Amino acid sequence: MTFESSGLADRKLRAVDLAAERGERRLFEHLHFSLSPGQLLQVSGRNGSGKTSLLRILSGLSRASEGDVFWGEERIQSIDGGTGSCLGYLGHHNALKEDLTAEENILIAVRLGGGSPDRDAALSMLERLGLAGYEDLPTRFLSQGQKRRVALARLLLQRRPLMILDEPYAALDVQVIDVLRSSIEGHLAQRGMIVITTHQAVDIDGDCHSLHLG
Amino acid sequence: MSERSIQWFRFTAPANFYDLAGRLVPWFAALTVALFAAGLYLGLVVAPPDYQQGDSYRIMYIHVPTAWMGMFLYVLMAIYAAIGLIWRIKMAEIMAKAIAPTGALMTFFALWTGALWGRPTWGVFWVWDARLTSMLILLFLYLGYMALHAAIDDRQRASNASAVLAMVGVVNVPIIYFSVQWWNTLHQGASITVTDAPTMATIMFVTLLIMTLAAWMYSIAVVLARARIEVLERERKASWVKERLEAET
Amino acid sequence: MFRSLFALLRRDLTLALRRPQDALTVVGFFVVVVALFPLGIGPDPEFLRSLAPGVLWVAALLAVMLSLERLFSDDYRDGTLEQMLLVPEPLGLLVLTKTFAHWLITGLPLVLISPLLAVQLNLRADEIVMLMLALLLGTPILSLIGSIGAALTLGLRGGGVLIALLILPLYAPPLILGAGAVDAVMHGASAQAHLSLLGAMMVFALFATPWATAAAVRIMLD
Repeated sequence: MTFESSGLADRKLRAVDLAAERGERRLFEHLHFSLSPGQLLQVSGRNGSGKTSLLRILSGLSRASEGDVFWGEERIQSIDGGTGSCLGYLGHHNALKEDLTAEENILIAVRLGGGSPDRDAALSMLERLGLAGYEDLPTRFLSQGQKRRVALARLLLQRRPLMILDEPYAALDVQVIDVLRSSIEGHLAQRGMIVITTHQAVDIDGDCHSLHLG
Repeated sequence: MSERSIQWFRFTAPANFYDLAGRLVPWFAALTVALFAAGLYLGLVVAPPDYQQGDSYRIMYIHVPTAWMGMFLYVLMAIYAAIGLIWRIKMAEIMAKAIAPTGALMTFFALWTGALWGRPTWGVFWVWDARLTSMLILLFLYLGYMALHAAIDDRQRASNASAVLAMVGVVNVPIIYFSVQWWNTLHQGASITVTDAPTMATIMFVTLLIMTLAAWMYSIAVVLARARIEVLERERKASWVKERLEAET
Repeated sequence: MFRSLFALLRRDLTLALRRPQDALTVVGFFVVVVALFPLGIGPDPEFLRSLAPGVLWVAALLAVMLSLERLFSDDYRDGTLEQMLLVPEPLGLLVLTKTFAHWLITGLPLVLISPLLAVQLNLRADEIVMLMLALLLGTPILSLIGSIGAALTLGLRGGGVLIALLILPLYAPPLILGAGAVDAVMHGASAQAHLSLLGAMMVFALFATPWATAAAVRIMLD
């Protein structure tokens, strides 16, 4: 399936003259870029250069101090049905309820997003990410890396055209990194878009662009 | 039209505000002193004693203006806060923050003088009279606003969050006022309300007016002075601040 | 739309069931505070009776306030609140749903336990019925107004104490009306006006507060 069928096809993500501040400090200004379907943008920069701030602005969670982000012709904050209808965001937090199992966490997130929960899809995604046998455990018993994988499984199941990933590789094993990379490549092949920050070099087959901050 | 919007923009620009306010503050301060002196003279010397309450009613000349100011400033603060939140105008945020302490002070004075007035009138310092009770809640609202502003480190977030609180507060003020009023009548409150001066002679009215104006001038002077400092703090990296400070030293 | 709101409601209730001590603590607080009052003011039944409406209402109000900190803070800490901003539903409705769940977990148990405490304070049957009715209308108002304070103090040091300062002044009207309703019945008057106003206030809070809370959540997560 490609995203054409969801009516969100060929919408570009555009940042126009973005500027951000944290506290009193200017992180970046006059930032322009545009991302087309099938493209990946890797944001790099040292700690504190505003990578996370940029990702939060792109996902509509934070307001830019100047400039705007557009999804097609609409401003990202005023999209019909909310920003969540077009993008998925994975930040520093895994956003898991510790008292719920991995499976419950994922199914609830899908329902909240307005989708119909597909238990089999959730289980096979968890299995793909090496979590077979851990579905029924409250996530507080999982390790950091395993929690990250549950969060990734949730994000991948949401199937939004734009995925915004903040340090997705943190705490992941090599095998899981491979799975994630092939998921990202698959997403790009289906004309999805990805914005990613990472310390590791990403070795991804596809239309990759990079943006250096600071 | 375009010319006027440019004018408006000039006024809201921090540097222009700083200069203009700097020129205005001494005038308002002088007016405060003059009006206050005149009001006190009229209130304490010229105005006759009240036939019912004797001399104790004279505290009204402080109590009523401060009570009015306390209520009015809260509304004004909420309006500035709303403007700052919705249109993201920095000067409005600064004004809202600068008004809060003055409003709280006025409300506190109103409560204090109300208590002092209560002693000769009812024989106790505090009566759960409807107006005193609403003023007390108003003081709490001010304190909450200032506490929230102080608790948040990020300046922008502090302004936005306390703006929401001020707007919620201003919607609630009438509800609180009427429910307290209602509560008071149900519970057979005090027979004389503090602010009811039985018969208002012309001289009393004039004095009250002058004292009210004095409270106004004081509030304007202090709020502008406080806003100037806040502007300096926020803009401390801007080049105009450096120029002004070098010129002053 | 209702499916995702229902999913959120079910999630919050499931979480509360897996950690029942949180809800029970609030009820326990309510019971203990009311039990302490006679120790402070003496056991005279008539005197306790006359104070009962106020005591019960103030205790309920403090119990609700104490529980408010948890309304958003867990979701804030683990990042689920952030994800909620990305859910394609109006944030106001999500926040309202969470507040409703919070009321079911904390407010409703207070209403249900109140007759027991009212008996201890020598209230009569018709007064107890009125107390429950007033609490049933009033505690949602407390939760709704409180949600604004809970959102505004997200992530702040000493948030719990700050909530008290922000929210308690706004609790004056429901307190006056709620305690007044029981008082009216006690003095043989009609509590019709109290209940109508309380109901009106609840409807107003139902429509107005979620948007303020949503704005506050957005600001604090910005």
